[in-house]
Amino acid sequence: MDFGPYLLLASLEGAVQSAVLALTAVGLSLVFGTMRVVNVAHGEFFMLGAVLAWWVTTFVGLHPAVGFIVALVVAPLAAGVIAAAADLTVLKRLKYDPESTIVATIGILYIIQQVVLMTYGPDARPVQAPFSHRFYTPWFGYSSYKLFVIGIAILLLLGVWVLMAKTRIGLILRATQLDREMAQAFGIPVERVYALVFGLGAALAAMAAVLIVPIQQAHYLMGGDPLLLSFIVVIIGGLGSLMGTVVAAVLIGMSDGIISVFFTPTLAKILATLLVAFVLIFRPNGLFGKRSS
Amino acid sequence: MSNKKIVSVSDSRRKALKTLAAGAGAFAGMSTLPGLVGYAQSASSEPIRIGFQVHRTGIGAAYGRWYNRTTQAAAKMINAAGGINGRPVEIVAEDDGTDPKRGAEVVEKFATQHKCDIAFGTLFSHVVIGSAPRAGELKLPYFVVSEGHHVASGMLNRYTLQPGITDVKSQVQAMAPYVASNLGKKVTMIYPDFAFGHDHRDYFSAAIEKQGGKVIQKIAIPPTESSFTKYFPKIPRDTDVIYHVMVGPAVLTFVKELGEFYGPNKPQIFGFIDSLEAVDMASPGLEFLDGTYFWEANPRYAQANQTSHDKAFRAAVGVDDNGASVSDSKDVSTYSHMFGCWETLYTVKAGMEAAGYQGPKDRAKLIEAVEAMSHIPLSDEHPQGAKIFNGKTHQVFGHQYITKVTNGKLVLAHTTSIEDTLYPDEVDYTKKSF
Repeated sequence: MDFGPYLLLASLEGAVQSAVLALTAVGLSLVFGTMRVVNVAHGEFFMLGAVLAWWVTTFVGLHPAVGFIVALVVAPLAAGVIAAAADLTVLKRLKYDPESTIVATIGILYIIQQVVLMTYGPDARPVQAPFSHRFYTPWFGYSSYKLFVIGIAILLLLGVWVLMAKTRIGLILRATQLDREMAQAFGIPVERVYALVFGLGAALAAMAAVLIVPIQQAHYLMGGDPLLLSFIVVIIGGLGSLMGTVVAAVLIGMSDGIISVFFTPTLAKILATLLVAFVLIFRPNGLFGKRSS
Repeated sequence: MSNKKIVSVSDSRRKALKTLAAGAGAFAGMSTLPGLVGYAQSASSEPIRIGFQVHRTGIGAAYGRWYNRTTQAAAKMINAAGGINGRPVEIVAEDDGTDPKRGAEVVEKFATQHKCDIAFGTLFSHVVIGSAPRAGELKLPYFVVSEGHHVASGMLNRYTLQPGITDVKSQVQAMAPYVASNLGKKVTMIYPDFAFGHDHRDYFSAAIEKQGGKVIQKIAIPPTESSFTKYFPKIPRDTDVIYHVMVGPAVLTFVKELGEFYGPNKPQIFGFIDSLEAVDMASPGLEFLDGTYFWEANPRYAQANQTSHDKAFRAAVGVDDNGASVSDSKDVSTYSHMFGCWETLYTVKAGMEAAGYQGPKDRAKLIEAVEAMSHIPLSDEHPQGAKIFNGKTHQVFGHQYITKVTNGKLVLAHTTSIEDTLYPDEVDYTKKSF
């Protein structure tokens, strides 16, 4: 294939990956930024979103588009409620101690994964895309749905930004993030805020999964890759920085797309991890992270 | 504990036991009468325990589900017909998570904890390669149903045999002439980046060159990959034939994205059915496959020339004429692989009967008995077709099938001979010690 179209395809693939990655990683970053909890179970909430999407679309059974829209609402909501419940029953009781919560979220990871294995089963199941249109360039064909994913992801990210920067809830979240004790002193119900944030983080991951599941398939082991990539993105972008997370997601997603197309996917992973190492050495707080006092 | 109690019983009790023993002896003498022999033997018989290493979870789960159904069906048939050497067969299934490390642990469990007579049933080549050395150390006969060339290549040991399914090297060798003469000479290969895929890469490249063809591009894909479009631009434009073989939970995504990438102007496509095992051919996005070709070890759809043996096999396992479960038409089988479990169990049965197998002390005799097998005729026990077993390489050889997708169904286009699949021996396991 000629260089031009080759690069176009690589960029498209990279953009889809960036979009989904940005959504997933923003969820992880939000939880860390506000709660200082490293959520190792984040990838499982992603998987939960995909599996719930399969269940919802199968249950609705009408036109794929109807099922998809219902799934886009129900799956993140359900994943969010489960996450909030996990926060109230487990993390709260550990007083959000950073080390204990890592171990606790590892436990949550296995519980979610095994419950899905026992109920949904070990098979990969496809979810039909809301529409099956393709467009053809003279060199290759491409699914229009993938472009739709990029569009929706941008809208959702804008929504998160509006929520954080323009609303009262956002103000409370930012206040809690800046200084937990002071926020509490001003009458902010910090524990309820934490449950909300943990739920919101999981819901964002689940939403990313609902978008990706018509391209890939729902499978109980699919949470591993998004977790790893989200960590890479969040470390490069700066833990807790939403802007940094999005920029890093685009950087990692695009480079992964382009490097895997022109060279090999393994090289793309090697470079991403190497970048993490350099960031940790030279800018330990990430590209956009603030220096801790 | 119980032995000590017996020692402490009174004299009168001991006398009573002696009388009983005499009675039993008399009964044993009686039972040498013709017709009573079988009864006397089986009445005191423990079941033959077959450790079934099954991919219940992990990336091989779809195969595991059908391997399990086939194995249970075969065990039921064998038991209904009187078992092996008058003893019933008991399947002891353990999940290995399609993971080599757990595979080795499962083999160990079979030998030491479950006291199994043999281990059996592994498919994924990395699990076989991870488990076989442990089976060899434990001197546990290990009957794999894997397709990998690792058995016949001499990489494993005398305890590992593959008598129920053919290996990749023989399969691709038999495919190459058909591909070169009917589809084209310039081939691009897409395969998973582990032992099984490397077998495809190495042996098909060599085989197509013998036919005057050439593999012009080799695209290796990590087995855990979930998105494939980014690999397709590497397919050269002058490719005549795309040769694809993929495994794992993402196979449907792989084939769908291949269709999206090409649209209507596609080269010839020849795939190993592994790329679509357990996947419904009617899945949305697979329409472009019409007119493309697949290798199948055992045609998924009942063909016009269906044998009575295939019919009986489908009925026993619960598979309909479309290769799906009779109870759920969406639950598509791994038809080109699972017959291997059925045939392997019947080979184990024949081997144990020939060896007069009584228990673990006869394991070496069992292996020698299987090594002595050669021609295996088409039958209800071997419904996929006639086979030739090579005792030196521990590998079986058989017919291969090429089917063409026609109106969403796989229709038989070509059947190879067994001779097409033979190659010179690379090892003589019979010269290795037990």
